[in-house]
Amino acid sequence: MAAEVVILGGGVGGTIVANLVAKETHRRAHVTLVDATGIHVYQPGFLYVAIGLEQPAALQRPESQLLRPDVSLVVDRATRVDPAARRVLLESGRTLRYDQLVVATGSRTVLEEVPGALGAHDFYTMAGATRLYKALQEFERGTIVIGVAGIPYKCPPAPVEFAFLLDDYLRARGIREKTQVKLLSPLNRAFTIEATSKLVQPILAERGIELTGFFNVESVDPVAKTVTSMEGETVEYDLLVLVPPHRGQMVIETSRLGDERGWVPVDKNTLKHTEFEHVWAIGDATNIPISKSGSVAHYEATIAAAEIVAEVKGESPPAHVYDGKVMCFLETGQGQATTIRFDYTHPPVSPKPARRWHWAKAVFNKTYWHTVPQGRLP
Amino acid sequence: MSTIQVDKTIDARGMACPGPLMNLIGAIRQGQVGQVFEVLSSDEGSKTDIPAWVAKAKHELVEFVQDSGYAHFIVRKAR
Repeated sequence: MAAEVVILGGGVGGTIVANLVAKETHRRAHVTLVDATGIHVYQPGFLYVAIGLEQPAALQRPESQLLRPDVSLVVDRATRVDPAARRVLLESGRTLRYDQLVVATGSRTVLEEVPGALGAHDFYTMAGATRLYKALQEFERGTIVIGVAGIPYKCPPAPVEFAFLLDDYLRARGIREKTQVKLLSPLNRAFTIEATSKLVQPILAERGIELTGFFNVESVDPVAKTVTSMEGETVEYDLLVLVPPHRGQMVIETSRLGDERGWVPVDKNTLKHTEFEHVWAIGDATNIPISKSGSVAHYEATIAAAEIVAEVKGESPPAHVYDGKVMCFLETGQGQATTIRFDYTHPPVSPKPARRWHWAKAVFNKTYWHTVPQGRLP
Repeated sequence: MSTIQVDKTIDARGMACPGPLMNLIGAIRQGQVGQVFEVLSSDEGSKTDIPAWVAKAKHELVEFVQDSGYAHFIVRKAR
């Protein structure tokens, strides 16, 4: 009898695991992927939607087009996981039994956790990015403030990238001189990684983007148009763009599969649940204190898939484990970008911003659909 | 090692991004006043970053211990 492999979530990580396990087990496993919408969304593109450089439709495709024909797609919402009985309950009332379960449910944003912040803009959902672009088109002059209202959040470079792309946008519209751009950073530098900050900070200064350090957004006063930090400082704004707080999905919280924020505890190398057997988690869903990003989900997915394939085939676990590999692009505006690469044992390195990294990111964004979900990139 | 009761440990050894301090800030944001957080970090920058933020945000750095290859920080949420 074929092993039942169930994957929750049709994002980058879940899709890769589904395709790789189906391909490598040759029908010794029946792979089912459960996704609430059945639409695969390329989230790194939200940043570009927010600035009018990308259309929402270009970032979405039916998940069914990205899965191998031998993967069963179930468009339904997982409402509860019962790891003792090895079952997943779905919103429709259907139950799925599993031998191996992969939690690839990503994260959700909860701006409502920040007092007064509900009217603030963000580029962490398609709706948020679309609304932000509309507001920018109507913006004529004043102060645009970019802040971080919760940690961890997806794509650590995104607020800095947004500041640079916003600067480009305002210059192109001829309103840069009438606009102050303020970047509120959670740390005492522009970016978590010091080496990358050293590259980025002089460019921020050159573009006239004002950096305020150690500013972790705690609350917003939408009437006075001020934002206040955990550290006790207050800044005025005309247009506020926040990185919202993130949590794990409801199914994690209701099933008690994760911690108090809904992050699933896993071994940082094997990605196996620290408490429940036959359960893996990858990507944003885990509690590993590493970047929540597509690249992490991608690298972790190949590791989890190899472990599941070995288990299905009754082979010993693969020697290769997740080594903490991360690779991100960081747009620095004016057609340039840099990259950030590191793993658990190698500190981050970033090359000098150059046009070729901007183009590499643009090419990756376009070719993603044909390479990544199928597991064609290692 | 100290005998201080720790409410939550953040093992950020080997984590460069989002980084040990970012994880501490996240934990303090969610925590209650009086709770104690322990951070394990192998990142050299933490030795200056963590005390600097704790002072700026007016929390309390209860203890700092350098172990082989990594440091322990014990921080109390003070407000």
